[in-house]
Amino acid sequence: MVFMTEFDKIKEDMEEWQNSYPNKKERRKSFRNLSNIDVKRLYTPNDVKELNYELDLGFPGQYPFTRGAYPNMYRGRLWTMRQFAGFGTAEQTNNRYKFLIEHGQTGLSVAFSLHTIYGIEATDQKALGEIGKEGVAIDTLKDMEILFDGIDLSKISTSMTINAPASILLAMYIVTAEKQGHSPEQLRGTIQNDILKEYIAQKSWIFPPEPSMRLIVDTIEYCTKYVPQWYTISISGYHIREAGSTAVQELAFTLADGLAYVEAGIERGLNVDDFAPRLSFFFNSHNNFFEEICKYRAARRIWAKHMKNKYGAKKPESLRLRFHTQTAGVSLTAQEPENNIVRVTLQGLAAVLGGTQSLHTNSFDEALCLPTENAVKIALRTQQIIAQESGVTDTVDPLAGSYYVEWLTNKMEEEAENYFQQINDLGGVIPAIKANFFQKEIANASYKYQQEIENRERTIVAVNQYQQKEPCTVPLLKIDEEVAKEQVNTLNIIKQERDNDKVQENLLKLKEAAKGTENLMPYIMDAIRVYASIGEIINTLKEVFGTYHEDSIF
Amino acid sequence: MPEDRKIKVLVCKPGLDGHDRGAKVLARALRDAGMEVIYTGIHQTPDDIVNTVVQEDPDAVMLSILSGAHNALCPVIMEKLEEQGIDDVLVAVGGIIPDEDKPFLEKKGLKGFYGPGTDLSTIVEFVKNNLKR
Repeated sequence: MVFMTEFDKIKEDMEEWQNSYPNKKERRKSFRNLSNIDVKRLYTPNDVKELNYELDLGFPGQYPFTRGAYPNMYRGRLWTMRQFAGFGTAEQTNNRYKFLIEHGQTGLSVAFSLHTIYGIEATDQKALGEIGKEGVAIDTLKDMEILFDGIDLSKISTSMTINAPASILLAMYIVTAEKQGHSPEQLRGTIQNDILKEYIAQKSWIFPPEPSMRLIVDTIEYCTKYVPQWYTISISGYHIREAGSTAVQELAFTLADGLAYVEAGIERGLNVDDFAPRLSFFFNSHNNFFEEICKYRAARRIWAKHMKNKYGAKKPESLRLRFHTQTAGVSLTAQEPENNIVRVTLQGLAAVLGGTQSLHTNSFDEALCLPTENAVKIALRTQQIIAQESGVTDTVDPLAGSYYVEWLTNKMEEEAENYFQQINDLGGVIPAIKANFFQKEIANASYKYQQEIENRERTIVAVNQYQQKEPCTVPLLKIDEEVAKEQVNTLNIIKQERDNDKVQENLLKLKEAAKGTENLMPYIMDAIRVYASIGEIINTLKEVFGTYHEDSIF
Repeated sequence: MPEDRKIKVLVCKPGLDGHDRGAKVLARALRDAGMEVIYTGIHQTPDDIVNTVVQEDPDAVMLSILSGAHNALCPVIMEKLEEQGIDDVLVAVGGIIPDEDKPFLEKKGLKGFYGPGTDLSTIVEFVKNNLKR
């Protein structure tokens, strides 16, 4: 008799099982997830027979961190519930923050006005129509003081979605906290500060890649010394995904960016274990439930392996990938917007089952406007229900060991590695950006996705199936055009009241420093303290660094 | 318009809004539908757009705005086109345009207003059926 392993037996039985149902009628020819990975009818131990528990999964909080960043995960502490918020003036947003804190939110997340994001003053013609529409209008330290008025910055952590001018907003935050009587060592929070994904997807760049990378490394170096609890970059896949990438592309491009920052830090002469623990990640959570969960699990394992094997990181904190998640804005529908509450619940649940450290759940009205107070409250309540009522937080990584989940985690890792190879072949992330590699990959994926929706290969409820003609009736948040006037006024008054000679002097010093290789953070801090505007600082740096222009490919 | 000539469309991203997924997907769909498509890229000021219209002489201009700046930017673009004596070009705006803003924009001469979830074929047909020349 031939010895039969368990795997052989399963294989044989599986074939028999399949043959017993020869005329299997299935709804579709193939079932593909959003990364176009074919999903099989059934997974068995044979699909994960190479899996080695100790090497590939391990224990939560331990290498390779597949099962979670921390040993006890949500049994110890729930994720931070952090709703991204900002609109109108600093005063309006300050009120929204207080509303959210009052309803149990545990961290702040600042959305900035587009003019702030591009370092354009409110008075500039280019800011026409944009002030306070997509985020809170900030021009000078004065606005920042109002934004956090009555909020103790030594007690709460703040995430700021800011990239090209991240160093400036960080400086403003530090100075605002100083004025509240808190030292930089006490501050906890994150600046997004991820310029690579700006070129790839989000598009709010200002300077060319090289000087932008310098500013980022400046903030890393500065925070390592003076703001040790600050997360210096939130390496973001969110926007890559929103721009149309698949889940695998989001995973691969984001981690490739992360590793590029690590290389830049090492090139500056920093010790990898001194700064890597302060890098964090930011992922999207889209509609395909298991695909998202596996993406997070694969991300942790890939990061740990590369940090250990390629960059020689030793501290567990350097190997441990921690991430924030936002549910997919692009998945929200303008049709029957209340259905978005259900989508967001599933997406939020996927993030939690994937082990997120913080979460933003989108409000159901966000395909139509910035969220109303009622909509954002429901979004926050969704998180609280997942956390407190569903029981999914009772044990760590509850889906581990599922043949499907482990197979898909492996598959996503494998496909990400294929992308790393392609990026490597192009000479790294920046050369790949310049060759429009990422941009083309994303444009192709988003067009394919849209075609699949229109061909009804993918169903979006109430959009391409079960549509109704009833008009949308949810109340919308409207940003008053007065906000722009008010912002312009405030800026003009500041410019009259401040010591303009001192401003010019500090900007000049910044300019001179920018020409050399010194860390620019102290110079930016000095300019902030005398109420130089973000626009003035950016313009000063533009004189030295120049600006970036992209190829408009589609 | 002579039948053998391709419809020429300018797809634009006015203002600071970087959300260009929709604009790019639309540009490709219009191209796949046999039109000649120029995509301006992002961060276009009203002057940039009008200059491109003057240079390229498109049959249609498709503005994509998701930042909420449509009420401020669209009228300026329309005025500047008028200043150039351009009145035979279809100008449409889409993205996130609340229903209540449509009458105002319509009065300024804009059309379209297609939002999230619109089939690309709907927009392709719209362009074909609303050309002014």
